[in-house]
Amino acid sequence: MDRTEERQGLLSALPVALVLAAIFLAPLLVVALFAFMPPGSFGLAHAPTLENFRLFFAQGYYSSLLWSLGMAAAATIVLFLVCYPLAYGMAKVFRSFTLVITLLVVMSLFVSENIRLFGWVLTLMKGGLLSGYLKAWTGLEMDSALYSVPVIVFGLVYSYLPFMLFPLAQGIAMVPEDVRLAASDLGASRTRILWEIDLPLAMPGIVVGSLLSFVLSAGAMAESKLLGGQTVVVMADEIESAFTYGQNWPLGSALAVILILIIGLLATVALAKVDLDGIMGRRR
Amino acid sequence: MKHAPLTRAALLVYGILVLVVLYVPVAAIAFASFSKARYLSFPIRRYTTEWYERAFDSSTVPELVSTSLKVAFAVAVISVVIGFFGALAFARYRWRFRGLFQKLVLLPIFFPQAVLGLAILMWFNALGIVPTWQTAIVAHLTWIAPIATLIIAIRAYGFDPALEEAARDLGAGTWQVLREVTLPLLWPGIVSAGLFAFLLSWGNFPLSLFTTGADSTLPEWLYAKMVSGYSPLVPSVGVMTVLVSIVLIAGGFAFVWGSRRRRG
Repeated sequence: MDRTEERQGLLSALPVALVLAAIFLAPLLVVALFAFMPPGSFGLAHAPTLENFRLFFAQGYYSSLLWSLGMAAAATIVLFLVCYPLAYGMAKVFRSFTLVITLLVVMSLFVSENIRLFGWVLTLMKGGLLSGYLKAWTGLEMDSALYSVPVIVFGLVYSYLPFMLFPLAQGIAMVPEDVRLAASDLGASRTRILWEIDLPLAMPGIVVGSLLSFVLSAGAMAESKLLGGQTVVVMADEIESAFTYGQNWPLGSALAVILILIIGLLATVALAKVDLDGIMGRRR
Repeated sequence: MKHAPLTRAALLVYGILVLVVLYVPVAAIAFASFSKARYLSFPIRRYTTEWYERAFDSSTVPELVSTSLKVAFAVAVISVVIGFFGALAFARYRWRFRGLFQKLVLLPIFFPQAVLGLAILMWFNALGIVPTWQTAIVAHLTWIAPIATLIIAIRAYGFDPALEEAARDLGAGTWQVLREVTLPLLWPGIVSAGLFAFLLSWGNFPLSLFTTGADSTLPEWLYAKMVSGYSPLVPSVGVMTVLVSIVLIAGGFAFVWGSRRRRG
């Protein structure tokens, strides 16, 4: 490791690091401090208290947290099952079609999440695209498919598909073909190759994809609001209403701190197990 | 490993199916935007382009477009500039705190965006800054600058450091190496990072929600209309925001394609 490279690294890291310190770390610090202020206060000049965390248990906010985490877990499992065959196809089977999938999936990300979810509302509502044309063409009545827990999970799966698909495809592409061939020559069945070679060797991609899907789903709000109506109130929604309708910044901060701690813990544990340089394609 | 033609075909059909599902809602909105009825219901009986004309004539929509464009442009420029250097520190140079720096860059991406927006609102409040569209730029940067850094970093991982060393051995200074070797090599990554940053900011809602103050971006306005009852302007304005994205993506492709041809 030579001195110039050491200095160049530090210097080029500086702009991003300073910006993130000022607009990411500092705000988080403010939230963390506010979480220990008395409920309803708007300044930081009070004696610290744990009252907000007591309210989390006393007023049933934990059930929102459990809903968020539960639906995120469900969405992550469904996403893995839905994306695995496609990611496998992209990494090992398709040739130019992989590029088409990549482009179209990335492009869908550029349509605001709101607009896409609203499109599902128009599709699934009573008298919407699906039920309206079904009735007009076949006479069959169909109830609204909206406002239930499964449809919220569907919304999460839909919104975060790219975040599972791409890391997964990248992970599967890292499985060396000759190892699979060797296993196959030695008589291993397809299932055995999947369990003993593909899945373990693609693990970095699986971990990153699952982590992203879970974390983004756990902090999501638009899916449950637009597709779920009043079915469940998720954690991000509770945080927002504590800040807006409730005008209770300390409570909102405490709820945010709880969510952030869970997500941060998961991210740290998972990222510690993954070789980042490897998955991003370092050549050396 | 060889794949049976049947497996190949099945996977291909599955892939097409996923892509179709991905675009169903966009198609539904495009379809709905031409319905004449004030209260939308399918099947559509009479078609019209009235809502597009209304959107153009209204005073709010052009204002929303200009706010969103300003924010997205500023976010893209700042993200790319700091992301370029950040990517070198992330992927290219070996230095002591690289691991820590990589985690700092990745962390915001994993954060719930609405919570990030609220945190920034509180931070500005503590500093005594009144939120406007300029503060929304800051909010977008927390999430989008790291993504731009990552995109350029992927490109930086792929290039051979020997090229830079060769230039240095031939007598080029630090800035000259950066300008004449590193920058051209990373150029495709920089263009796609800029495009990504612009489009992600253009479509972003959760980060804008709490940080624009009295100003409003397009996605915010659309969301407000969606939850407060139906407005026939929602689908048409939604379609127009999608069209802007498509035009930009096409422009980006044309640029990359053109620069590849120029180089032969």
